[in-house]
Order: sequence, then structure tokens, then C-alpha cells
Amino acid sequence: MNEIIFSAVNLNKTYKQNDGRFGIREIKALENVSLHLRSGSTLAIVGESGSGKSTLARCLLQLLPLDSGVVYFEGKNLIGLDKKELRQIRRYLQMVFQDPFASLNPRLKVGQIVGEGLVIHGLGSASEQQSKVIRMLERVGLEESDMEKYPHEFSGGQRQRIGIARALVLSPKVVVCDEPVSALDVSIQAQILLLLKELQSEMNLSYLFISHDLRVVRHIADEVAVMFQGKIVEQGQVVDIYNNPNNEYTKNLLKAIPGNRVAY
Amino acid sequence: MNLNLIKKSLSNPLALIGFLIILFIFFVAIFAPLLSTYDPDAIDVKAILLPPSFEHLMGTDGLGRDVFSRMLYGARISLLVGFVAVGISTFIGILLGAISGFYRGWIDIVIMRMVDVMLSIPTFFLILAVIAFLSPSILNIMIVIGLTSWMGVTRLVRAEFLSLRDREFVLGAQTLGANDLRLIFIHLLPNSLTPIIVSSVLGVASAVLVESGLSFLGLGVQPPQASWGNILTDGKEYIQFAWWLSFFPGLAILITVLGYNLFGEGLRDALDPRKAK
Repeated sequence: MNEIIFSAVNLNKTYKQNDGRFGIREIKALENVSLHLRSGSTLAIVGESGSGKSTLARCLLQLLPLDSGVVYFEGKNLIGLDKKELRQIRRYLQMVFQDPFASLNPRLKVGQIVGEGLVIHGLGSASEQQSKVIRMLERVGLEESDMEKYPHEFSGGQRQRIGIARALVLSPKVVVCDEPVSALDVSIQAQILLLLKELQSEMNLSYLFISHDLRVVRHIADEVAVMFQGKIVEQGQVVDIYNNPNNEYTKNLLKAIPGNRVAY
Repeated sequence: MNLNLIKKSLSNPLALIGFLIILFIFFVAIFAPLLSTYDPDAIDVKAILLPPSFEHLMGTDGLGRDVFSRMLYGARISLLVGFVAVGISTFIGILLGAISGFYRGWIDIVIMRMVDVMLSIPTFFLILAVIAFLSPSILNIMIVIGLTSWMGVTRLVRAEFLSLRDREFVLGAQTLGANDLRLIFIHLLPNSLTPIIVSSVLGVASAVLVESGLSFLGLGVQPPQASWGNILTDGKEYIQFAWWLSFFPGLAILITVLGYNLFGEGLRDALDPRKAK
């Protein structure tokens, strides 16, 4: 077993919502969520919409403030870091987003989008950055000439490749994939999953893979955590969970896979 | 900026008319010295209150000055005040709106209450009062108009920022390690630019109106310098027998404001995806 590279302990997050008449209604998006990601492996978080998966992704990367809990990356607590330290460490923690149409700035060229991380962290000279961007684009299946194009000139699948290139050009260690294929056609889904898997072994990436689709998860994950109403209800190796679910909710989720008629 | 957008808005005939009016006024203002037939400030006692003729295209005023030439130079004032005042108000609006929408929290509340307070004051009277204290001059007018008309832009920019702040591409940039300035100036502002431009164009129209109003009341551009507003003032004494003195500046103000409004609304329609055909 590899060492744990990224972990979260007892995360809590509550959304406060004004309910109109009498003050504030509280919605628990995360309740005592803990998880551990091993270096080079993939941990999938599954659950229905509204179960808190995306909130979890954003809280883990410190894009949303947590109410309580601790997040460790390589033994370092991310919660106590000041803004500047956090920005520097972000280089190693990247994210691939769900919606390939909303995740790329429509006013920047692809070259600028993919190269932005290198510019921010001042990695290499301008020409080194350029060649790095080109190599990354070619690796994800795009061409050098695409650098001068704008995101709207690409299809959903290609845009997702751009999003992957943007995240991976920094050679991160942990990549949070927030439903990276759920907005894509099934045929494209397979290509993107394959690409993610190849890149994982090439670059020794650790994935936190968020999905509602158990078929996708079975392909890509080593471990699974099942989320329901802000809590992790079951956690374990993919094989164990798929063959031997303990929790009622997990059983229901598995039953809901189209074409899966096995009775649990 | 987006060239496509301008092209699209000009396909609307009314917006095209507005755009041509604006172009025409720019042309007139730039080439005023070449187009004018007389010195705009030259007094000619032998030619007082002459009706429009080929010699004096828009007649002469009570001091025998050529109204046509004065109108041309007045266009310069109108453009200058309009654009500088809107420049000031847009700058303030973007700054405050960006802070408000990006950082939210208490600073947002403070800025928004400032906006509410400013909106509850009748602006024109505030400007009158301030100008009465300061000396009336073009510079003061531009500054005061700018300082009293930033509220709309502030709200607009704030609303844009609020909705864009949680979009995935902004989160993406944040994940890359972008700092606040980078998020604001590279990711948020360029994507909120189009509605800001529309509101600025419409803002020019109201700045032109306010300048004319101030000059008409004698608190704006000071004679002998010509402005559409003070030509109108000169005209009101003679309105019963020298209609041209009030008619031409009034028409010029009307057409200019109409031009900016038509063009601004054309831009807005071109921006509105629901109106896309």
C-alpha cells in the first residue's frame, strides 16, 4: 500500500439559507466527512445529486471555507495556511471540472488558458512555458495550432481535454475530478476516462474522482466512498463495495445501474 | 472588444441610425474649425438676430454671432463632457462594484448602502448645489457629473461579479493559484465588459443632457464659450421672434441624446441571448 498523500478529517460544512419568514434554515452539506487518498491511486466519491459531493471537492481544495475539520496534503495542514502559502501549494492540487463549457474563460485563448498556471507560478521562461503547453496539448490529443483558438471553437470532449491539460501542466500530485465525464457523450466519456488513466500512471497522479455514475467509477477507481446526505455511509475497495455492499443506500445505488439485475 | 457584437448591433436599423448620429457628431466636433463659416465668438453688430440664410446657415444671435459656428464648437463641449464624465463614473463604478461583488461581506454592505444613499438624492439638484459652491467650469462639471452618476455601473458590475465569481472557470483559475487581482482583471472584468459598455453609452446621453441643463441655467459652460445649453439660454429672450436661436440647439441635444440611446439599446439587444435570432 502506498502512503497517504491527501486526507481530510471530520469536515463539516453547513449552508445557511434564508427561508423567507423566520430567519435561517441550515442545510448540512458535509457532516463529519473523513477520507484518505493514497499516492498514485484513485478514490471515488459517489452519491446522488445534492449529497454534498461537489461541496466536498470545493472544500477540500479550499475554494469554499469549512466550518470545521482539517485537510492534510503531504502532512501539511491546509487550513492554517495564509493566502499566499495556500496559493503556492495549489500548484500540487488541481481540479478538473464538470462542465466543459463553463470551466474555460471564454475570453482567453487556449494557449493562455493552459499556460496560466505556469505564468502564475513563474515556472520557466516564456519559451519554456510555451513548449510545455504545446507538449501538454499534444499529450491530451490536441494540436499546437489550437493554442491560438478560443474555447468556443471546440467540442465538449475537446474542451474537457483542454481542462485536463490546464490542470496537469503544473505536474500536480493530487487531482480532484468533479464529475469530469458526466456532461459528455458516452463514446467521449470512454476516451476521456482512458486519457485520465494513462496520465495517472505516466505522471503518478492521485485522483479524487467524484461521480454519480457507478459504471464510470468501477472503471477508474481503486477505492470508493459512498456519500448520502452529507455523510460518508460506506467506504472501501471497489471490488468489496460492488460485490458486497453493506449499506442500504449503497445497495440501492448499485441496483440503479442500468442493466444490472443482480439482486442484493 | 467584440467586433461581432458591434456588427450584430448595427444590423438593427435603429441602432445603425444611432451609431451614424454619434459618428456625425464626432465628425462635426473634430472638424469644427474647418466647417465653421465664422469665428464662433466674433460679435457683428451689423448682423444681429438674422434668420437662417445661406450666409448664416442657422441665423445669428443677439450679439450677431453665427449660430452655426457656435453649434459646431458646442458639439465639442457636449462630447467632451459626455465622455469624460462617463469615464469618471465608469471608473468609480467598476472599482466599487468589483470590490463589492468580489469580496462580498461587510464591504459589500457598506458600498451598497452608499449607492442607496446616492440614489435617494436628486442628482441634478446636488450637482446644482455643488457647482454653485465651486466655480462653474467645464472641468468642474465633468467631475461633478462623474461623481454623481456611478451608482448604476456599480450595481451592474457587482451583479456581474456575483454571478461570475462561482463559475467554474473562475474557480479553475483560483485552483491554479491566481491571486485576487488576477481573478478580477483577467477573469471577471473582461467577462463583464459588454454590459458595462452598454450602460456607459447610455450614460453619455444623460451626461450630455445634464451638461445642457447646467449650461442653460448658467451654471455650466460660461459664455462666451459656446455650448448647446447656453446658446439655448441666449435664445430664450428672443424666442418670440428669433425661433432659430432655440430651435437648433434644442434639436441638436435631442438628436444627440437619441443617437446615444438608440445605439446603446441596439448594443443591449445584441447582447441579449433571448433576442438572438
